[in-house]
Amino acid sequence: MSRDSSSPAPGEPGARPGRTVRPPRRSARFGALVDSGLMLQGGVQGSSPLLRLFTRWVRRPLLPMMRLWRRNIQLKVVVTTLLMSLGVVLLLGFVVMSSVSNGLLKAKVNAAQSQADGGFRAAQEQANSAHQPAAQGGDAADGPTAQNAAVWLSELAEQLASGGQNAFYVVTLSSNASDSGSVRGPRASGGVDPIQSVPVDLRERVDGGSLAYQSNTRIDFIDHRESQPGLVIGKQLSDLNGDSYQLYYLFPLTQEEESMNLVRGTLATAGLFVVVLLGAIAWLVVRQVVTPVRMAAGIAERLSAGRLQERMKVTGEDDIARLGEAFNKMASNLQLKIQQLEELSRMQRRFVSDVSHELRTPLTTVRMAADVIHEARVDFDPVTARSAELLADQLDRFESLLADLLEISRFDAGAAALEAEPIDLREVVRRVVGGAEPLAERKGTHIRIVGDQQPVVAEADARRVERVLRNLVVNAVEHGDGKDVVVRLAAAGGAVAVAVRDYGVGLKPGEATRVFSRFWRADPARARTTGGTGLGLSIALEDARLHGGWLQAWGEPGGGSQFRLTLPRTADEPLRGSPIPLEPDDSRRHRGLNGAGLPLGGGTKRATVPHQAPPDRVPPPVPAKAPIAPRLARAAALDVDPTALPGSGARVVPRQGWEESGADTAAGAGPEARAGAEALAKDAPAAAGAAAERDAQAETDAPAQTDGPAGAEASEGAEDSAGAEASAGAEDPAGAENRAGAEDPVRRDAVVGREEGASRGR
Amino acid sequence: MKGRVLVVDDDTALAEMLGIVLRGEGFEPSFVADGDKALAAFREAKPDLVLLDLMLPGRDGIEVCRLIRAESGVPIVMLTAKSDTVDVVVGLESGADDYIVKPFKPKELVARIRARLRRSEEPAPEQLAIGDLVIDVAGHSVKRDGQSIALTPLEFDLLVALARKPWQVFTREVLLEQVWGYRHAADTRLVNVHVQRLRSKVERDPERPEIVVTVRGVGYKAGPS
Repeated sequence: MSRDSSSPAPGEPGARPGRTVRPPRRSARFGALVDSGLMLQGGVQGSSPLLRLFTRWVRRPLLPMMRLWRRNIQLKVVVTTLLMSLGVVLLLGFVVMSSVSNGLLKAKVNAAQSQADGGFRAAQEQANSAHQPAAQGGDAADGPTAQNAAVWLSELAEQLASGGQNAFYVVTLSSNASDSGSVRGPRASGGVDPIQSVPVDLRERVDGGSLAYQSNTRIDFIDHRESQPGLVIGKQLSDLNGDSYQLYYLFPLTQEEESMNLVRGTLATAGLFVVVLLGAIAWLVVRQVVTPVRMAAGIAERLSAGRLQERMKVTGEDDIARLGEAFNKMASNLQLKIQQLEELSRMQRRFVSDVSHELRTPLTTVRMAADVIHEARVDFDPVTARSAELLADQLDRFESLLADLLEISRFDAGAAALEAEPIDLREVVRRVVGGAEPLAERKGTHIRIVGDQQPVVAEADARRVERVLRNLVVNAVEHGDGKDVVVRLAAAGGAVAVAVRDYGVGLKPGEATRVFSRFWRADPARARTTGGTGLGLSIALEDARLHGGWLQAWGEPGGGSQFRLTLPRTADEPLRGSPIPLEPDDSRRHRGLNGAGLPLGGGTKRATVPHQAPPDRVPPPVPAKAPIAPRLARAAALDVDPTALPGSGARVVPRQGWEESGADTAAGAGPEARAGAEALAKDAPAAAGAAAERDAQAETDAPAQTDGPAGAEASEGAEDSAGAEASAGAEDPAGAENRAGAEDPVRRDAVVGREEGASRGR
Repeated sequence: MKGRVLVVDDDTALAEMLGIVLRGEGFEPSFVADGDKALAAFREAKPDLVLLDLMLPGRDGIEVCRLIRAESGVPIVMLTAKSDTVDVVVGLESGADDYIVKPFKPKELVARIRARLRRSEEPAPEQLAIGDLVIDVAGHSVKRDGQSIALTPLEFDLLVALARKPWQVFTREVLLEQVWGYRHAADTRLVNVHVQRLRSKVERDPERPEIVVTVRGVGYKAGPS
């Protein structure tokens, strides 16, 4: 039997959660019913469409009942109890009835037999005694003798019957059926129809000469009285002429039958009562069990809906009460834990808010003071003027770093809220590109927008999306080596995507997953010259996650990189795929080139790009709407490494003439900023020639360009595993496993990390 | 240009610094550090603009804002250290016209103050109708069936901007630029909150607005007149 598609099996994805009540497999007890149900459910395989139509037509009104059957354990138990008790009662009734009827009949047969025996004996004696005188007057003619015999038989019948007072009837039949028409024809007492009332096979047996009886026969009457159930006993005897005839005693069983009927009626009534009562009892008993279970189910649902103070009512000490107690205990533990977590989150939020306020107010004063000094720097001597420059400059960096840190901790505290409304991503992209234009011009980069012919609308938080895209575009321009940057938009299915492609240094293997780590840098040596807080992409990733979207990176060494932001079209829709492939069509692999830019199959095997899974086969990196994973304290501690701080926010901050002097003027601006400022100050004289170029540089975060073998995994788990590797030089086996086939690059990265650590140590 | 600015801030260093900057830009700052005294200081100083820190000892900034707004339509610019939506929205809903997040640059602050003060240039006599409202631009009054509706200057500007071009849908960014005077889109929450406040005053049923209509995914426009 096959199920049709509309009724998925319980385990199938289509099954509604509410339908789990359905029995997992057919148990023998419900076999018959469920079978019929499945027959209805399953339709008829391979039959004509007409029949199928008919089945469906029959099935439709039954569906609610079947659903009720599947979902209602009380109904199931009651119906099963009814059926089983009905079976038991029937069986019992049958046994009782047969034993009662056997007993009654046996007594009757015994009594009848002794009565009949007496009768047979009397008849034989009469025949014998009549035979003697007849034999003595042997001259008697045949005719009168025959006449005599006929009369005698009639008299005998009457005489024998008269002793019974209607307790029995007597029938005589000639043993020879042929002369039935003659004087020796059948005779019967009490108006009994002799031929009909004596069954033929009994007569045959009696013919054989034995005493025979038969119980379940009916006594028919020649007048129109109703026939009666009866017992017939017959014997072959000889009459006064010595001819044999058959004498039958017929005992009516009316009384016995009445008794049987009475018993049967009583049994049936009792049985019915028992069945109904059992059903009612089952209903009551099951109700006792089911009501608390249903209550528990309802309360569990309400609990999971967030009404944490819901509890079960517990009465007594039985198992149900224990269930209730355990349930309540679980609920209060859950409530406690949730409250603790909420409290923790609230505290962290409060802390962030307080820190934010406490830091920002003095920073505002410092900022304003610095600006006033900065405005007036023309009147200062060169050293002081340069100090004012640096002060204002580093304050910018400090500000954006503070802003980013606060933003990240807002995410960590779960305090980030999404304000989604339908926005056209083209607008956002144009704004972002427009904002990045000055930087692009300085870099000699041209930013192209592709796929903006049609509106690309999604429910999103414009502020956050703009922040993400600004980050990606500025990054691309920063690391694009002056080559073009392509911003591609697309919408398909339930998703919209924006991909930012550059043709710069690209990403090394394994880096596609690590670019999103906090304070991660592609190249420690570049960290001093390029800006960025190192938090930009982490924030962008959190922003994407908040939308239930993905932010992924792809890159190849020397071949540039592509960052793709995919957002669901409506805020609560899970993402299934992206309209833009993560690996662009013009990647080296797609063009059939190897890592060295030579056609594949050349001798330089070692330089080839590690195998990459095609983007569409790659598992989705971020479960939609996944809660933001709590970060390990250790990882966080490693992330916030002061030495990794130099760099500034993802903003374009041009400043003139900062090469004029180099001194640490970041006093009072916190140790990080001072460290950063020192670093820059040390760099400044050394790279005086490059100062003009640096001047032109916009400061961005996360200079991340390398190839990622499993680019799609970029967003997930990058933080902890990769971050830990990078800063501590420790190899994280889990992380290595995650990036299938990327073992070697990871090791290399770990080595890099160690070297980095060592250089920091110095 | 009128230039009396009342600075309500408990951080003396910041207040002093604000004073330096404001004086440098030609304003006349006065100061009050306590929320409880803010209203009295406001009545006394009769400023053209209030700079209001949200976190104050005594009465908090939200409450002060509400009290000032209850008796005057003078522009209020909030200084806030929190950029969380909730904080910002609560501040705006309590009656502030604009907000600026710490740390800010002096130029940014001055630009915003100027933007808030600039609007009181003499407008030409002009009568506008939007829905069943009659707007007298020069007389700065809005009337429905002869009954005048009290609006703050900012709300009035917002309504006038919409009513002047009833055929046009205004994006939030455009409104920010026209009404608030921002070149670069700052924060569209400003627009959202003020549209809500405007609606609560001019709409017959703020749940089903007829004067200021939302165009989903784009912005706002004036309802049919």
